[in-house]
Amino acid sequence: MARSLTTYLDDLRDSRVWRSIFRSGPGQSNLHRALVVQSNVFLHLFSVKARKRVLDFSVTWYLGALTFGAFLILVITGVLLMLYYHPSVPLAYSDMKDLEFVVSSGVFLRNLHRWSAHAMVLLVFAHLAKVFYRGAYRPPREFNWVIGVVLLLLTLFLSYTGYLLPWDQLAFWAVTVGSNIASAVPLLGHHIRFLMLGGNLVNANALLRFYVLHCMILPLAAILFIAIHFWRIRKDGGLYAGAPTTTAEKEAER
Amino acid sequence: MSDDKDFVAGFDSNARKAPVRVAFVTRRTSPQVKVADEDQVMTHPGVFLRVAVAVELLTIALVTLALAWDAPLEGLADPMHTPNPAKAPWYFLGLQELLHYFPPVLAGVLIPTLVVLALIVIPYFNINIQAESLWARDGAKRLRIVVVVAVALSVFLAFFDVWVALVPTVIIAVVMFLAARSSSQSASAMRRWLYSKPLSFWIMTWFLAEAAVLTAVGTFFRGPGWSWVWPWRS
Ligand code: HEM
Repeated sequence: MARSLTTYLDDLRDSRVWRSIFRSGPGQSNLHRALVVQSNVFLHLFSVKARKRVLDFSVTWYLGALTFGAFLILVITGVLLMLYYHPSVPLAYSDMKDLEFVVSSGVFLRNLHRWSAHAMVLLVFAHLAKVFYRGAYRPPREFNWVIGVVLLLLTLFLSYTGYLLPWDQLAFWAVTVGSNIASAVPLLGHHIRFLMLGGNLVNANALLRFYVLHCMILPLAAILFIAIHFWRIRKDGGLYAGAPTTTAEKEAER
Repeated sequence: MSDDKDFVAGFDSNARKAPVRVAFVTRRTSPQVKVADEDQVMTHPGVFLRVAVAVELLTIALVTLALAWDAPLEGLADPMHTPNPAKAPWYFLGLQELLHYFPPVLAGVLIPTLVVLALIVIPYFNINIQAESLWARDGAKRLRIVVVVAVALSVFLAFFDVWVALVPTVIIAVVMFLAARSSSQSASAMRRWLYSKPLSFWIMTWFLAEAAVLTAVGTFFRGPGWSWVWPWRS
């Protein structure tokens, strides 16, 4: 082969169209690598360099990254599921049956979304524990920890609102149990439940509300807070690399 | 370097000819500035590649799971027909288990709110930031406090018949006792490690153990009327 794949890729990266979109051309220098990150609106949330030590598996177990991975799978499979779903009674349930018997790979799509949701809840708890046990919540990262707590709650609410959507017995009664907890809030309890369900019982209004929360409001909020979470990692000086050892580091961590 | 003009910043210095850089390194400068001599890798491709591999492996695992195991789907929702027991999703079953013992305001509202608040404030307490061994100062006095708290908590749990939550409490209390009786000079590495742990470690570990036990009990050991069942007998 006269020209390798890499040279074709380099030609592509050097083309006018590629440059107009990505703003960085071909090249292997560190300057070029920095520009790839710096001149991209999404990637520039991250710093251009990272300490080598924090990339060891033992530091993070990549749990935050995996949580994000689960979130990505959920967004993709979720959008595909939306194409086959009507948030109304009893269509919602027959749509589940259609996924099973009519839609190609419908069962697979639903399975993948469901198991990824469970995985994300597990992973977010594991990430929290890992961050805690290695002391990575310490200043200047304290506010990123707080953003993490917001993300934990968003993850739980996302999973909970999604639980109702199949409109089967499991969904209906799980959400009934959950909404009864909300009514235990002193004074405001019943108002909160009414607001949550759009009525006094889990019914078609509740399904619509949960659908809007699950497919619009909560994912947008999650994306926003994940973006802040990542950006704060850069602003807080990269990932925490262990307890400060030298005096200079101790000063810096104060 | 010979031209001393390079080092003078004044009204008449010409920034185009002799740029002068002033860097203010404050005490709270990001740690990255301080430890710049550490080995670094470029985020692209070093970090992105590793993350891509991690996410790829997760995807393979989840796709395999999705091919092998179907998500549950029961009959059409029927408000007139309550299943027994009616269970929340698994991550709320610890909460539902608590509701079995305590009044709803306590178990459903107060405890979750306090847990979230406790999580938020962790990084704002110096004791959690310094994270020195719980026994480093006043070891004997602190051990007495721990014993009193553990006994009070156990009595409280027993009073409400929360026997399942008593188990992790007692285990952690015993391990803490062992830790207090160890020192940084102990022969076994395990005991040195236990000794070094700060208060926040013990509280978080106790909390996670309780959450895991209550969730597992709610998920596997509860049947009709929230009565105790053995999962292998059904
Ligand atoms: C949707 C949920 C979340 C996502 C996608 C996410 C993602 C990430 C990622 C990718 C990292 C980089 C290091 C790593 O992989 O561990 C990270 C770091 C971090 N996360 Fe999260 N996270 C989430 C939730 C949380 C939660 C619940 C907490 C804690 C309450 C938290 C606290 C932190 C902190 C403090 C860091 C910085 C650690 C350091 O500097 O070493 N995050 N997160």
